[in-house]
Amino acid sequence: MAARLLDVRDLRVEFRTRDGIAEAVGGVSYAVDAGRTLAVLGESGSGKSVTAQAIMGILDSPPGRITGGQVLFQGRDLLTMGAEERRRIRGAAMAMIFQDALSALNPVVPVGAQLAEMYEVHLGMSRKDARRRAVELMDRVRIPAAAQRAGDYPHQFSGGMRQRIMIAMAMALEPDLIIADEPTTALDVTVQAQVMELLAELRREYAMGLVLITHDLGVVADVADTIAVMYAGRIVETAPVRDLYRRPAHPYTRGLLDSVPRVDHRGERLYAIKGAPPSPLALPSGCPFHPRCPRAQEVCRVERPPLYEVPAAGAAPASGGRTSACHFWKDELDALDAVNV
Amino acid sequence: MPSTPSMSESRTTEPVLEVRDLAKHYPLTRGVLVKRRIGAVRAVDTVSFALRRGETLGIVGESGCGKSTVAKLLVSLERPTAGTIHYRGEDIARLSGRALRAVRRNIQMVFQDPYTSLNPRMTVGDIVGEPFEIHPEVAPKGDRRRAVQELLDVVGLNPEHINRYPHQFSGGQRQRIGIARGLALRPEIIVADEPVSALDVSVQAQVVNLMESLQDEFDLSYIFIAHDLSVVRHISDRVAVMYLGRFAETGTGREIYDHPTHPYTQALLSAVPVPDPEPRTRPPRILLAGDVPSPANPPSGCRFRTRCWKAQDRCATEVPVLAVPTGLAGPAAHASACHFAEERAEVRA
Repeated sequence: MAARLLDVRDLRVEFRTRDGIAEAVGGVSYAVDAGRTLAVLGESGSGKSVTAQAIMGILDSPPGRITGGQVLFQGRDLLTMGAEERRRIRGAAMAMIFQDALSALNPVVPVGAQLAEMYEVHLGMSRKDARRRAVELMDRVRIPAAAQRAGDYPHQFSGGMRQRIMIAMAMALEPDLIIADEPTTALDVTVQAQVMELLAELRREYAMGLVLITHDLGVVADVADTIAVMYAGRIVETAPVRDLYRRPAHPYTRGLLDSVPRVDHRGERLYAIKGAPPSPLALPSGCPFHPRCPRAQEVCRVERPPLYEVPAAGAAPASGGRTSACHFWKDELDALDAVNV
Repeated sequence: MPSTPSMSESRTTEPVLEVRDLAKHYPLTRGVLVKRRIGAVRAVDTVSFALRRGETLGIVGESGCGKSTVAKLLVSLERPTAGTIHYRGEDIARLSGRALRAVRRNIQMVFQDPYTSLNPRMTVGDIVGEPFEIHPEVAPKGDRRRAVQELLDVVGLNPEHINRYPHQFSGGQRQRIGIARGLALRPEIIVADEPVSALDVSVQAQVVNLMESLQDEFDLSYIFIAHDLSVVRHISDRVAVMYLGRFAETGTGREIYDHPTHPYTQALLSAVPVPDPEPRTRPPRILLAGDVPSPANPPSGCRFRTRCWKAQDRCATEVPVLAVPTGLAGPAAHASACHFAEERAEVRA
């Protein structure tokens, strides 16, 4: 079997803080293949962004530290390879898009020059050729009047246009994998739609793998093939997109879906998950969701649930099966099916 | 739901707040020593609406549309350039001093960011009780601690935590503190500017539910300002869609969300992601070209025309009035500021 594009196995990250050691990522495994989109869904503090930073090798350390696991990129472990080798992969074969383009771009260099630098450094192009390619790229991400605007600085662009420049920069060397961390969270809804459309189109065209990190259940429904839901530094459920929305196999996922108001119909009182997400400095025993879970039993307090295999409805997608970290995933699904009949 | 007319007819018809032709222009100046006026940012331009007792009016719009400026004008944090804000028959835009202070008691604000809108060096008791310092008539001095603890209880916080500091609370709890402070003076109207957008999804629902039950309990009227169209639909009785300083369309939740007639509303709604991979009824997405123009130099005529696929010559010369368009019937017959207002064919199908 061919190696997967990205295969993260049991990744662990901790942070040393004044108040003790925080387990930010407690054994995360997920994978994405070429041409597919994996969405990583989680609230703030769930460890979704820290996982991405560890994969990209841009974790702030100290205070952060990878304490275990593997990050296999095309079959090779990024965590054990040398810094120089890793640097060559980053940018050329895998790239990242950040939420806040204004702080990710260099404010004192024109955007055209920033894009051109990618070609000069990684491909050894002449300055003139690199500039020409940079303008082509800006045109490709549909920045109007690209040739004229290449000399402008990041602050002269609107939020949506800046995010397009971020995407152009990530796309420049035609990487095999893009990790996008909340790429549209700072944008207005009409602009968000434009940017998501562009990202999906580029992913199709270049058959890239895409890891889309977000807190927004709506944004991922359209674009993801598979969704991994994170809570308190762990994956609680992985499922093909349809299964996750139709038949969530974890009470946290179900609670999230029920608590979002919908624009397409007006509901009654919103379901609210009680309490707040736990601090990574003081994770609850057993299942980290048990203090907020309507289904919690004694076993949930003492025994951390493993990722159980859950049979997928319909054909299993190429990107893997279904899992749920709930002792009672079967009851959860049965309860849902009883309502839906 | 407070919208049901069963409570009493008069309650749903009598306006507590009436806003007419409200405008706020911020001057643009050039020069350091001698400031010359070179123009104005028209943040809010001729906005009119009425808020009825016990009702929630939602104002939606994208960043820069002027919705937060409307909030500031309503609570007199900013004074309007033009227009009137009538509360109990008095134009509060013209009041000052003691008279203004008396009115302000009844119109309170809840802010967006519970991390920066609470003083980190004050205890929760001081924060929630501070309004009593300004309006001692509401709670006499000896009674304040008990009044604050009651408020904490009402918003679902532990009254024992009165001596804690904001950083000891989670985001959702901090927003409850902000709401308790807003309730302290027993206002009639609460203006909430993006009250849940800084909160995590699982916590948002708690705060929305709290605001709804407080409305029933205290017979409050809400102005609920947000960019999240789904939250606004959930909580509002009536909705106003704002674009570049003006209301584009107003109506009941059902009229706006299920029967929009203004092209901007239609585009905005079609762009909202729905947490459902196979939604049952969704018109195709309208992708708007370009960005919102600058409010310092808004387009002539209809402000949306530069991004509108229906725009004609008339739209550049004639400002569309916010009124019920002729020829529309049923739920489509609500106020819409478009010369060519009509429902999208796909929606009706």
